[in-house]
Amino acid sequence: MVTISENICKGCGLCGAVCPKQAMAINYGKLTEKGYNPAMVADTQSCVACGMCAMMCPDSAIKVERG
Amino acid sequence: MAVVYEKSAALTDVPLSYCPGCTHGIIHKLVAESIVELGVQDRAVGIAPVGCAVMAYDFFDFDMIQAPHGRAPAVATGIKRAVPDTIVFTYQGDGDLAAIGTAETVHSATRGENIVIIFVNNAIYGMTGGQMAPTTLVGQVTQTTPYGRDAGTQGFPVRVCEMLATLEGVQYAERVTVTDIPAIRNAKRAIKKAFQNQIGGKGFSIVEVLSTCPTNWGLSPVEALDWLKANMIPQYPLGVFKDKEVKV
Amino acid sequence: MAERALMKGNEALAEASIRAGCRHFFGYPITPQTEVSAYMAKRMPKVGGVFLQAESEVAAISMVMGAAAAGVRAMTSSSSPGISLKAEVISYIAACDLPCVIVNIQRGSPGVGGIQPAQSDYNQATKAPGHGDFHMLVYAPSTVQEMVNTVVTAFDTADKYRMPAMILGDGLLGQMMEPVEFPEMRTNMPEKPWAINGMLGKRPKNVINSLYLRPEELERTIIERFARYDEIIKEHAQAEAYLTGDADIVVVAYGAAARIARSGVDAARSQGIKAGLVRPVTLWPFPNAVIKESARHAGNILVVEMSMGQMVPDVKLAVECALPVHFFGHTGGVVPTPTEVLEQIKILSGGVE
Repeated sequence: MVTISENICKGCGLCGAVCPKQAMAINYGKLTEKGYNPAMVADTQSCVACGMCAMMCPDSAIKVERG
Repeated sequence: MAVVYEKSAALTDVPLSYCPGCTHGIIHKLVAESIVELGVQDRAVGIAPVGCAVMAYDFFDFDMIQAPHGRAPAVATGIKRAVPDTIVFTYQGDGDLAAIGTAETVHSATRGENIVIIFVNNAIYGMTGGQMAPTTLVGQVTQTTPYGRDAGTQGFPVRVCEMLATLEGVQYAERVTVTDIPAIRNAKRAIKKAFQNQIGGKGFSIVEVLSTCPTNWGLSPVEALDWLKANMIPQYPLGVFKDKEVKV
Repeated sequence: MAERALMKGNEALAEASIRAGCRHFFGYPITPQTEVSAYMAKRMPKVGGVFLQAESEVAAISMVMGAAAAGVRAMTSSSSPGISLKAEVISYIAACDLPCVIVNIQRGSPGVGGIQPAQSDYNQATKAPGHGDFHMLVYAPSTVQEMVNTVVTAFDTADKYRMPAMILGDGLLGQMMEPVEFPEMRTNMPEKPWAINGMLGKRPKNVINSLYLRPEELERTIIERFARYDEIIKEHAQAEAYLTGDADIVVVAYGAAARIARSGVDAARSQGIKAGLVRPVTLWPFPNAVIKESARHAGNILVVEMSMGQMVPDVKLAVECALPVHFFGHTGGVVPTPTEVLEQIKILSGGVE
C-alpha cells in the first residue's frame, strides 16, 4: 500500500522516474495547498509496493506498506 | 502490515524548504537513517551551513547549530574537542566547503578531526540564485558565467575528494551520487560508513554527494538527474579516494 | 592559599583562564600575544584541557564558537589585525547568545601596522566588534594582576549573560612582568541546559542559530538581548577614581596609558596642581556615572590614549559636554611618557592652550 502525503508532495516526479513498474503519475487535475500537482499511484494493479518511490522521494512524502 | 519504507525518526515534521526534486532531501534522509540505525541520535550534533541547507537545523531531530559560511569544520572541531562523546557532522555545499571554507576543510582533514563531512556538490550556488561555484564545470552557464565558465579567466573546477585524499589525516573520502535507487543505496552505505568511522574513533571522513539543482540549472527535477549523470560524473568520478582500512 | 608568582602578562592571563575553568583554548600566533598560545600549549595538556593552534584567527574563533555552543568555557587570543578577522564570527557568537572570552593584545595599527603597544582598537571593541546590533563586554586591565582578575570576571559575566567578553590589553601589558596572585582552581561550572552536547535521552533537541527570516522575530530577539544589556549597564560598569575629589583637571585613561597618566597626575600634584584620574576598567559598559561624578567640580578633562583619541567622544557624552574635554596621545605603537602627560596637565592648569 502506497500512501502519499499530499500536503508534503511537491510533484517533482522523481518517484515516477524510479518506479520499476511505471505505476506513478502526476495528478494534474489536483492542486495541493502549496500549489503543487501531487504524485499519485496511477496504476495500482502494477504496483508491487517495492518502496523505491518512497526511497527516492526527497520529502519523505511516501509511505509504503505491504501485507 | 509491514512497513517497507517510512520517514526516518531523526527527521522532524517540518516540511523541507528545498525546491521540488532537489536532492538535498534525499541526502537528509540518508544521514538521518544512518544516525538512527547506528543508534547515535541521542549523541548527534549537526552543523548547518550557509546555503540552501541553512535551515537544516529545523529538519533534523537532534542538536543542531548553524555555522558561519565555510567555518563548519572549525565549529565541528570546537564541539568535538569540547565533548568528544558527541557524533558531529557538518553538512555543506560547494561554496561553503570549497570556496570560502577551503582552509577549514583542508585543515580539519589534515588534523584528522574525528568528524564527518557531508559535501553536497551541485556545481552551483543555489541559495543566492545560481552563481558559479568552485565545482562549476567549464562551459557551464551560471549567473556569473553567463557565457559559460571560461577556464582562461575563471579557472578550472576543483575535485575535492581527490585533493583531500593526498592528506595523511584523512581516514576516508568517497564520492557518491543519488540519481537512482542503486546510487542511493550506495550513497547510504558510504554515509553510514563515515559515521561508523567516527563512532569507532577512526578519524576524518568525507562523503561528497553529487547533487542536482533543478531550479538554477533550468531543468526539471528528472532532467537534472540526467544532466548530472551525463556531465558531472565524467568530471567527478564516483568511488573511494581514500580509505585507511583498505589495504592497497 | 592563593599562589604568588612573577609572570608576564600574556602568560598570566592564560593561567588565569585555566583557574577560571577554561579547558579549551584555540589560538594563532601574532605578535605581541603569541606567548598566550605558547603557554597554553604547555599547560593545557597538564590540566587535561585542549590547546589547538588553528589555521587562522577566523578558524580559532569558529572553534571557540563550537566549544562554547557545546557548553564549555572557551577562549582565544589575538592582536589587532587578527581581531579584525574574527569580526563575523563574534557577531554570530553574540547573535547565538554564546559566552566566550576573546583577548586582544593591541598593537600599532591600522594595517599590519607595528608590533609595539597601542590602544587603537577601542572603537572596534566598544562600538562594532562585528556587524549588527549587539554589544560585547570589554574589560581594560592595567596591571598583570588585573589581567588575571578581569579574565575570571569575564568568564563569569559572559556565562551569566550569555555573550562574548573581551580583555582589551596591549603589548605593554602583555609583555611586562609583575607579581601576581592566582585564585584557586574553579571546579564547579555553571549548568548550560541550552548547549548542543547531545540530547542523551534527557531533553528535546537544542538549536543554536542566528537566522530569523521574519524581521519582526529578529527585532524581538535583539530587543530581548538589549534588555539584558540594560541590566549590565546598570550593574557592571567599573572604574577607579584616583584623587578626583578636589581635582580641577581630571585625566581619563585606561590600560597601560592609565599607568602613565597616573604618574603624570602624581607629578602634577607634587607641583601643586589638583589633578586626578578616572581609570575605566570596563569600556563596555562605559562608566559614565563615575566619570560624570568625578568631573563635577573640574574645569577640564584630559583624555590620554595610545590612539588618535577614540575614547574622547564617550567621555564627552559621559559629561554631557558640560566641560571641555581635551586629548593627548600617541599612536602607531608610540608610548606616551609621564612627562608628556604632566606637560599637558600644566598647560590646562595654566589656562594656556
